[in-house]
Amino acid sequence: MSLRENPPREHAPEEDEYHTWTGKARGALLRRLPADKLLPEDQPSYVASWIYVFGMGAIVSLVFILASGVILGLNGPAWYHLSDLGHFVNSVHLWSVELFFMTMVVHLWGKYWMAAWRGGRTLTWITGMGAFLVSIVTAFTGYLLQTNFDSQWIAFEGKDALNSAGIGAWFNVANLGQIFMFHIILLPLAVGAVVALHVLLVRMHGVVPPLEAAESDAQLQTGVRPDSEEAGR
Amino acid sequence: MNNPRLRATRADKDGLARRPWRGTVREYDLFKELTVALVVMGILTLGLSAIFGSPDEASVTLKSWANAAPADFVATATAELAGSSETAGYGPPYNNTPDATQTLGPLDLQSLSGVQLPIDTANDLVIDPLSTLNAPPPELADWVKASDAQRTGWSTAYSDALAKATDNDPANVAADAGAYGPVPVLTDSLLTMAKQGALDGVLAAKGDFYNFDYTLGTLFLGDGAYFGDLATAQHLTGDQWGMMNETGNTPGQSWLWLFSFWYQVEPFASAPNADLLVVLLMLLLSVALTLAPFIPGLRDIPRWIPVHRLIWRDYYRRR
Repeated sequence: MSLRENPPREHAPEEDEYHTWTGKARGALLRRLPADKLLPEDQPSYVASWIYVFGMGAIVSLVFILASGVILGLNGPAWYHLSDLGHFVNSVHLWSVELFFMTMVVHLWGKYWMAAWRGGRTLTWITGMGAFLVSIVTAFTGYLLQTNFDSQWIAFEGKDALNSAGIGAWFNVANLGQIFMFHIILLPLAVGAVVALHVLLVRMHGVVPPLEAAESDAQLQTGVRPDSEEAGR
Repeated sequence: MNNPRLRATRADKDGLARRPWRGTVREYDLFKELTVALVVMGILTLGLSAIFGSPDEASVTLKSWANAAPADFVATATAELAGSSETAGYGPPYNNTPDATQTLGPLDLQSLSGVQLPIDTANDLVIDPLSTLNAPPPELADWVKASDAQRTGWSTAYSDALAKATDNDPANVAADAGAYGPVPVLTDSLLTMAKQGALDGVLAAKGDFYNFDYTLGTLFLGDGAYFGDLATAQHLTGDQWGMMNETGNTPGQSWLWLFSFWYQVEPFASAPNADLLVVLLMLLLSVALTLAPFIPGLRDIPRWIPVHRLIWRDYYRRR
């Protein structure tokens, strides 16, 4: 792995250089999330593990979920029963959801074992958990929309948990119109918003350093090349 | 944890986590990673879809139920008239049956919504559909004129007679016409209506053209044994980890494994308020994991069980 010195970072102008609300808001945003943090060309040297690819895997799965979901939604909930292409798009929707949860859960547990909420990253953790929980509800409404035996049975069984919690009257699993609205509008917007906020927070705060990292570590000493033979010993 | 030296060390380390990283960096290309991920996950998604597809077992209709299991259909319709079906005794949000709700001590969330989706099983599932027929059975008028006590007496007597009849077949019910009133004719008319496919449309659209709501048909199906038997054969019921399964061998909502798990073990498995207990427990666990950064013990496990040494082994080797 090729490591190098940390280059100087860009800085937003001081807030007193702005005079309007808009300018001050822009200044605050740029200070929190300058362009080189939003779209970085490098990462700290400790970001070197396969565990880091799972977050991106989940985001990309979400892209496939949304793309296949848009096609299914535009053709109406019964299309996939009648068309081979529709059935394939439905399969893509199903498998992208399976991969989404698989990658998201590995990402979640990876971040747990890193205690990734350290150093002011609490909200990043909370939004990540929020994305996970809202995704579960979204997927549930998708299973209810299959308009086949599965969805019939899931509606019949699922109502009891919701009714016992007192929300079955407003979130009626057997009301296809209501569930369709939840699944294609409200919940995808919620997942999208929470995931977007989560990604922005990750970029703002950067990737959490190792639990045992200390100022005395070779990789924090300027002028030292940790990938040199000496430091690698 | 009360050792001030340990606390200071931890604060230093968290301070390091709080500051922008000043140490060495490695090259990283966000857009390249995004592109590679799109290609890899795209191949995986399309490949799995092409190989395994997705299940699509046709839905059960009242017509298919009536034709496949007429005795079960008639027994269920009779129970709807008698007010002894699961739906009739469900409580909110469908009706006001006393003591039907799942509670935990004084906590009765099920009653909070009130009866938002009122269902009178006798009228909504049997009598009203029959009255939409071109030539409703004349016995319908007998039912309408009768008192509540009389209706319950007839339908309960017929329910009991069906239970005792060979194969629960209405044709084998002991003759005692007076005891059953109009119930045998009403339920037989409903069976004919269902067999012809008319009941599906009537229950779904309730006399209107449009329909978005399948609550009535779903609950009616669920009150019978046929629907549940089909689900059991597909490993879909709650005690078969059904929450995680789909028809066939396709994975279902496997992320609900913990939710499903509680239904398999005591004290939940046999608790009358199992749904409420499991919902509350899962809510509590979800909140706990969400707020893990604030919960002593839960937030310290990653320090006690150092999985992170594996994740950052390259960094630690170069310290």
